[in-house]
Amino acid sequence: MTDHETLNRETPALEIAGQKTLGDSLVQQGISRRGFLKFCTAMASLMALPPGTASAIAEALIKAKRPSVIWLSFQECTGCTESLTRSYSPTLENMIFNMISLDYHHTLQAASGYGAEKSREDAMKNFYGKYLLVVDGSIPTHDGGVYSTIAGRTNLDLLQDVAKGAAAIIAVGTCSSFGGIPNANPNPTGAVAVSDIIKDKPIVNISGCPPIPAVITGVLAHYLTFGALPELDDLGRPKSFYGQTIHDRCYRRPFYDQGKFAKTFDDEGARNGWCLFELGCKGPTTHNACATTKWNGGTSFPIESGHGCLGCSEPHFWDAGSFYSALSMPASPLKLTTGAAVVGAAAGVAVSIANRVKKNAAKSAHEKATIADLEK
Amino acid sequence: MDADLFLTWVRGTGLNISIGIFLLGMLWRLFEIYSLGRKPDLAVPRHRAGASGLHTLFRRSVPPPGMFKRSPVSYVAGYVFHIGLFIIVFLFAQHIKLIQELTGLSWPALPAQFIDATAVVTLATMLLVLAERINKPVKRFLSTFGDYAGWALTFLPVLTGYLANRHLLLAYTAMLALHILSVELLLIFLPFTKLMHAFTLWGSRWYNGDVNGRKGVPT
Amino acid sequence: MSRPGNQFNDIPIHTHVAEARSVGNIRALLAEIVARLEKLDASGESGMIDLHSLPFAPGEYEQLRQTLGQGEVSVRIEAIGPSEINETRFPGVWWVTHYNVEGDIIADTIEIAWIPEIIPSQPEDVHAGLEKLQAKLNE
Repeated sequence: MTDHETLNRETPALEIAGQKTLGDSLVQQGISRRGFLKFCTAMASLMALPPGTASAIAEALIKAKRPSVIWLSFQECTGCTESLTRSYSPTLENMIFNMISLDYHHTLQAASGYGAEKSREDAMKNFYGKYLLVVDGSIPTHDGGVYSTIAGRTNLDLLQDVAKGAAAIIAVGTCSSFGGIPNANPNPTGAVAVSDIIKDKPIVNISGCPPIPAVITGVLAHYLTFGALPELDDLGRPKSFYGQTIHDRCYRRPFYDQGKFAKTFDDEGARNGWCLFELGCKGPTTHNACATTKWNGGTSFPIESGHGCLGCSEPHFWDAGSFYSALSMPASPLKLTTGAAVVGAAAGVAVSIANRVKKNAAKSAHEKATIADLEK
Repeated sequence: MDADLFLTWVRGTGLNISIGIFLLGMLWRLFEIYSLGRKPDLAVPRHRAGASGLHTLFRRSVPPPGMFKRSPVSYVAGYVFHIGLFIIVFLFAQHIKLIQELTGLSWPALPAQFIDATAVVTLATMLLVLAERINKPVKRFLSTFGDYAGWALTFLPVLTGYLANRHLLLAYTAMLALHILSVELLLIFLPFTKLMHAFTLWGSRWYNGDVNGRKGVPT
Repeated sequence: MSRPGNQFNDIPIHTHVAEARSVGNIRALLAEIVARLEKLDASGESGMIDLHSLPFAPGEYEQLRQTLGQGEVSVRIEAIGPSEINETRFPGVWWVTHYNVEGDIIADTIEIAWIPEIIPSQPEDVHAGLEKLQAKLNE
């Protein structure tokens, strides 16, 4: 697999998936146990596990075998792959890539055409029931799925085929997790998430547009370390990364509690770093690890750069109203109000006219009583 | 439907429908009430017109002699939860933001912790008035389904709002959506139930005071 | 994938870091350190705090560094990139920072222990080293 060459510069020799353990290849690479322990500390931090677990991770990883991974890219923008391959600490990602055997990834691999498809078919045959399937991009379903095809096969067909022999599926990005932007209204291609099609395999959703690279590697690391997927929330996302909202972990949270809000992007409040809720920040309803893991080598995350959270790791974030309208504000313009007000006023006027008519009728029907009447 | 879609619906379509019905109902009823009219009173007022109406606004806001002792909970709790509702509805930053979006008007907010505390007090006093309504035979006798429904329609928005803000019971997204939904129910039913008193209270007090003043029974 | 001379810190433009206003995160963190240090003092139980997963306002990280300060011991490890281990002004509180080969921080922790986990020689390494030394002796 030539794609390994680009990813694994430091690895002199590559083993075939499922053969040697990671411990063997570490010895081969001359990496000391102390160095490995340090790596595991970084991994624990990455997986958001308690920091004291590094040595336990080391014990497990030493015995781990490299799983075969097939990466399928469907209706997507390659942003997820970009996020992963351009992540800030390539050494760490490299080490994790050393720990997997990436047997198919049509963007990264050098092989093309029949050669590329053959490597996928080989991996599917040799590691049936054992390989990991990674998917980015949503799957178009309208018109038989013709809106996205690879090597003449629709994404729908390919996914169903490859998923059959997968041990587990990792849906990377909001598109494969929830449908994402292709699924946004009016969804011309009938795009759906992996979990809408595959029902009989464990699926972990790593949502985000793109997802945080450390989260992608963190989940891979978790699978390698424990041989199982991490604990998931009700949307199939790993709890260790998506368990809390951006708002919960935001360093600007104290300002929210104090009621100090930036009103525009260049006012005094914005300069003082106050809460961006009123500028449309979706932090309170968005579950992701941006506020702590951060982006670009831990430099910052959107809120730290002065822009509210868009909520990209939540389903339907694209259809949830303006990015710049606060959560307490209407998601779409109120179109009924004027009509309703006119109808209401008209009804009120009509009823009052009816009342007047009734009153006048009663008045005109009223007969004055005279003494003579009473004496009857 | 997942929580995010639910939230988007209540912030969009749901809000649209409920505010539409609210405006429709409000205008309908206000037009109806204020257009009822009276024959012009040709008699010379026994008392200066207007003053008695204004006076009654305040006079009826304090308990008549002896009543406070007979029913202290109604007065104290009644005041506390009404003031609490006012603070929560009009002085919470998120609510002000909504009002600003809809009307363009805005004013300073109170800190979230203060609103939280107010919500707790409001919820407690509302439970107290409900308990009293059920326990006192006279009040129970006078209560109809509408009274209990009105109580629930008012209580639920405060409860869900508090739970959402404190991240209790459900995830914030779902609770926030429930909160907005409960407010939308309140908006829809307000013009057609006793809750309408929020808009007719002052007018009717003025009217009664004024009429009594003209007839020679000023307050 | 290596980008020599193209690190974030090499960019000659530096943003103005807002004056540290304590938002309260540091106080909470210090309270946690105190609690763990009490445990170490009482029962010898060591603990670790992962700084990676904590929210910091701009300037607060530096504020924490200043508060904890530099103590008597400073250790540097070279194992797949450097690691810096410094005892702070408060004995038993260690600041452990792991870098990768390219100098990016890959793990940043505060360890409350007699000695941080990473410093002692590892049995596997000792065993491998022993074999090598024996081989040398028998040459």
